[in-house]
Amino acid sequence: MARTMAEKVWEEHVVRRAEGEPDLLYIDLHLVHEVTSPQAFEGLRLAGRSVRRPDLTIATEDHNVPTQNLLAPIADPVSRKQVETLRKNCSDFGVRLHPMGDIEQGVVHVVGPQLGLTQPGMTIVCGDSHTSTHGAFGALAFGIGTSQVEHVLATQTLPMSPFKTMAVTIDGKLRPGVSAKDIILAVIARIGTGGGQGYVIEYRGEAIESLSMEARMTICNMSIEAGARAGMIAPDQTTFDYIKGRPHAPEGEAFDAAVEHWKSLRTDEDAVFDAEVVLDAAELSPFVTWGTNPGQGVPLDASVPAPESFEDPSARAAAEKALAYMDLEPGTPMREVRVDTVFLGSCTNGRIEDLRAAAEVIKGRKVAEGVRMLVVPGSMRVKEQANAEGLGAIFEEAGAEWREAGCSMCLGMNPDQLGPGERSASTSNRNFEGRQGKGGRTHLVSPQVAAATAVRGTLSSPADLAAL
Amino acid sequence: MEKFDVHTGRAVPLRASNVDTDQIIPAVYLKRVSRTGFEDGLFAAWREDPDFVLNRPEYQGATVLVTGPDFGTGSSREHAVWALQNYGFKTVLSSRFADIFRGNSLKGGLLTVLLPQEVIERLWEAVEADPATEVTVDLVEREVRAPSAGVREPFELDDYTRWRLLEGLDDIALTLRHTDEISAYEATRRPWMPTTL
Ligand code: SF4
Repeated sequence: MARTMAEKVWEEHVVRRAEGEPDLLYIDLHLVHEVTSPQAFEGLRLAGRSVRRPDLTIATEDHNVPTQNLLAPIADPVSRKQVETLRKNCSDFGVRLHPMGDIEQGVVHVVGPQLGLTQPGMTIVCGDSHTSTHGAFGALAFGIGTSQVEHVLATQTLPMSPFKTMAVTIDGKLRPGVSAKDIILAVIARIGTGGGQGYVIEYRGEAIESLSMEARMTICNMSIEAGARAGMIAPDQTTFDYIKGRPHAPEGEAFDAAVEHWKSLRTDEDAVFDAEVVLDAAELSPFVTWGTNPGQGVPLDASVPAPESFEDPSARAAAEKALAYMDLEPGTPMREVRVDTVFLGSCTNGRIEDLRAAAEVIKGRKVAEGVRMLVVPGSMRVKEQANAEGLGAIFEEAGAEWREAGCSMCLGMNPDQLGPGERSASTSNRNFEGRQGKGGRTHLVSPQVAAATAVRGTLSSPADLAAL
Repeated sequence: MEKFDVHTGRAVPLRASNVDTDQIIPAVYLKRVSRTGFEDGLFAAWREDPDFVLNRPEYQGATVLVTGPDFGTGSSREHAVWALQNYGFKTVLSSRFADIFRGNSLKGGLLTVLLPQEVIERLWEAVEADPATEVTVDLVEREVRAPSAGVREPFELDDYTRWRLLEGLDDIALTLRHTDEISAYEATRRPWMPTTL
């Protein structure tokens, strides 16, 4: 029978199948960080269990870590304790850890791919919903909760109930200035934050095939914002070229054998998806959010919508509540919305290509008076590369703060936060109330829009900037 | 894990859709390394408003949360489930749950019950009109009952999850019974697959 890529990967990982039970799936890679793991390791300890496959497990410190003064102890004692707990757990259970200051330290979803640990056809889990990022390689990658983290540590498997499949096809060619972030924000605005619920989404079509790995990761990353269990993109030459030569990539004949297998993962021609969505790339333009969930977005050229324009009563109520929280008037052009802070970073847009795109816009320009811009690389490796390419200097000359790696203002668990009422343009993935700091207001944008916004002080695209 | 069979209690009407996990428990509360004591973080931002439904005296001690669609969207933090449980909720009723939240809740023994939005609305009205209204969630019969609201509604839950909740069984112990099968699978993995050590 013809099968989708997701179904193929799933089938290959079934350890046990029994009538009336969820399938028991084998997990090829388990990514661990400090926030969702302490209770899992504690559970192992209490039950006298060990980590079954430390060699398929890797940990990094990302959510809590400061992005300045790395050599000083973490000031917040509760954050410090959590990071110290991870260090102790990794050493007690034999798990490889990249701590602060290490060149491979960074946001867990940036670290896996850059080490070459993320490969097509794998099952990958992490106690973090944006694990969907790794689907960009044709891996089946899910976010899991702490009980499941403990389950994977103990057994290297997970009981999983079946999913449905959805194809999101982006036909045609993207116009210049339109990025992967704009595609995914438009997809979420179309299908809604619950639209992908129960599905694994496969992104396909000409526009997707033309994207780099970094851009594909941006798209798969935000699948969860559409409610999907995972997002995937079929591996192709772009994928193979990205993996080749990375520290954990197969070498020589093993690489050829791997590629052979990876090519077989593509969805069969006549496979049927449970749902299909089609968008025309040529119609897309820079996209920004106005509300408090990632589905509440519009093209940058549009205005803040009126709640009455929503037919569905719960969407209307949600829009009213969001506008009150965001302190926005319906009808205001999005371009007139003034921001206090610009955040460039996160597992959505903190990779080298994102930094390049933003640097290209901001080079030779200045961050506007009264605007603070934070540039936080996704990993220390990314930072090193950016410095080698001169990107760090470009950001600093423009007046931005060029920080160390971590999740930072994506969720404000470290000191990088918005103050009450402050407004940001952020390349992260969630604009929930208080996500970036209590009372903070977030507009999700692409790296290019973030950079242009920093220069003008209002939501802007590079096309809005005066020529240099 | 605590067993769940039949639970009867008073209910809190949370009239909101898209209640994301950052609302259920903000990130600042996630720094702890324990599994208990998260009740203070539950809806922390909203609870600053004295009129927020959880703050009203008539809903103190309620154990059933009745809420709008897309409850639990956002992050995978299981702390959201712990916060609801630590606060005293045994079950959450909604017309749609985010997947990861639902998975976490059913692993941890917080019964999330899917009901049509129309039934949720009727429960909201009944509970608002009379906060003493009792709601029964019966996992044995897979049914929600609130006689005074005229609600008697079946709900779906797969047999396996139901059995696990009724017995209060921990997934890990169940899986460890199949260690031989896991080892057999491991022997078939492709030799070039990456390892971290
Ligand atoms: S960068 Fe943001 S979304 Fe990504 S893992 Fe960190 S907190 Fe989560």
